[in-house]
Amino acid sequence: MAERVLMKGNEAIAEAAIRAGCRHYFGYPITPQTEVAAYMAKKMPRIGGVFLQAESEIASINMVYGAAAAGFRVMTSSSSPGISLKSEGLSYIAGSDVPAFVVNVQRGGPGLGGIQPSQSDYFQSTKGGGHGDYRNIVLAPASVQEMASLTVRGFNLADKYRMTAMILADGTIGQMMEPITFEDAQVETCDKPWALTGTGMQRRHNIVNSLYLQPDELERKNFERYERYRTVEENEVLYEAYRMEDAEICVVAFGIASRVAKNAVAKARQEGIKAGLIRPITLWPFPSSALRQAADQVKAFVSVELNMGQMIEDIRLAIECTRPVSLCCRVGGMIPSPDQVLASIQAAAGCRDGRLPEGQMTSPAQKGVN
Amino acid sequence: MKTTQILIAGFGGQGILFAGKFLAYKGLLEDLQVSWLPSYGPEMRGGTANCNVILSDDPVGSPIITDPDVLIAMNLPSLQKYVDAVVPGGQIYVDSTLIGEKVERADVEVYCIPATQMANDAGVPTLANMVMMGHVLKNNPELTFDGTEATVARLVPPAKAQLVELNMKALQAGRDYEG
Repeated sequence: MAERVLMKGNEAIAEAAIRAGCRHYFGYPITPQTEVAAYMAKKMPRIGGVFLQAESEIASINMVYGAAAAGFRVMTSSSSPGISLKSEGLSYIAGSDVPAFVVNVQRGGPGLGGIQPSQSDYFQSTKGGGHGDYRNIVLAPASVQEMASLTVRGFNLADKYRMTAMILADGTIGQMMEPITFEDAQVETCDKPWALTGTGMQRRHNIVNSLYLQPDELERKNFERYERYRTVEENEVLYEAYRMEDAEICVVAFGIASRVAKNAVAKARQEGIKAGLIRPITLWPFPSSALRQAADQVKAFVSVELNMGQMIEDIRLAIECTRPVSLCCRVGGMIPSPDQVLASIQAAAGCRDGRLPEGQMTSPAQKGVN
Repeated sequence: MKTTQILIAGFGGQGILFAGKFLAYKGLLEDLQVSWLPSYGPEMRGGTANCNVILSDDPVGSPIITDPDVLIAMNLPSLQKYVDAVVPGGQIYVDSTLIGEKVERADVEVYCIPATQMANDAGVPTLANMVMMGHVLKNNPELTFDGTEATVARLVPPAKAQLVELNMKALQAGRDYEG
């Protein structure tokens, strides 16, 4: 068995990226993800790779665009405000159908917000982020081990589907250390006949571009792209089900929130409440069919999020509003305690008359919906 | 199944995160499941710093500690902030050089170690954190003192190998302290 080593989540991403064959990193520092860049700055020059701290986020994402067009495994990393700056480039990358790997170690927002953990970029990452019709594959690690394994997976998927794969983590998972092993890093590469590698006077030149002035041609491009997205939705959904066998209350949470939720589910079980957890590992594609199946079995859903209720919309869509879905959330860098999540589970189970305990937020928009 | 949640708190520069890393590596080398979660941000430069370490026989759930089994307080604000959070039957370690106040709880075990003074006396003035860790090891059956040197060696970069000996000196002083 490979040796267990202690690593920060951010460092695990960087090491896994190198093992996945990434030799080009372009970034710009921002808390709480700077360790990714620091690790790359140290390692890349030693292995013949490129580390470049650009003059801005916008410059760095366009460097990613360029290296991706040339067929290289390339990445950038940032945190929430930086990802907003990169969003234009992400749209161009999508419009050009080149593969890129992007990391967002989220912090509280909007605006400059704070530097403490958050999950408030769920909408931004899962719905696209920049302008135009497009998707990113969004991977949500809940442990340092997953920071590594989903990074490798992200590079594989980006190449396979010629699109952006994004790690959506948060300050906690980025900053914490846990033991990990790298034994299961399965790197899959594929040919890139479309890449700008120089014709060598042997073939017609390739073009990477996102400008299509003929509407019928642009429409066709969009249709083709969404065909590919459908394949992703059919084949690449990942989630974890925990104690769902006989569950009557289904908690849905991803990333760090799912770790807290797991503790709360265990506590609820001790009290005799049949609670379970579905943890989406891919946020797009979203595990809609797993939730739809759960809806046949459970009485209610509880969405635990570090935002004002974003994933809850996808849960409601997935189950077509056939069951009540309540929100348990903290924002701004705060994280709910297991007891707060437990109180939400109790409320959903009818133990508390639906009243939320003190200190627990429900956004006005959520009140009275169910 | 045994899980120990350890909260180390003090001010930036006291080696709070390093002490946490020491415990995490100690757990790693003893084949436990561990998590280490630091406070991060501007407070790390002279403000309050804290570090959550969980050692467990089972996979660690939430890495965020709300009810510590063990509190290691390296200054008064940290003690005041967390003293009531410690579970009944838990342990509180205080650096009594820096904390003059008594711990007003009868349902926990309290260990007062003049760690800063002891570190100064031992000629390792920056290692009060490791004096505390030595005393923590002494009183926690899950973590033995065996293998401590190997743990420290993992933490110290090869270029600063001389620090292993100094850390061991501090750890041994903490272990041998009879309060």
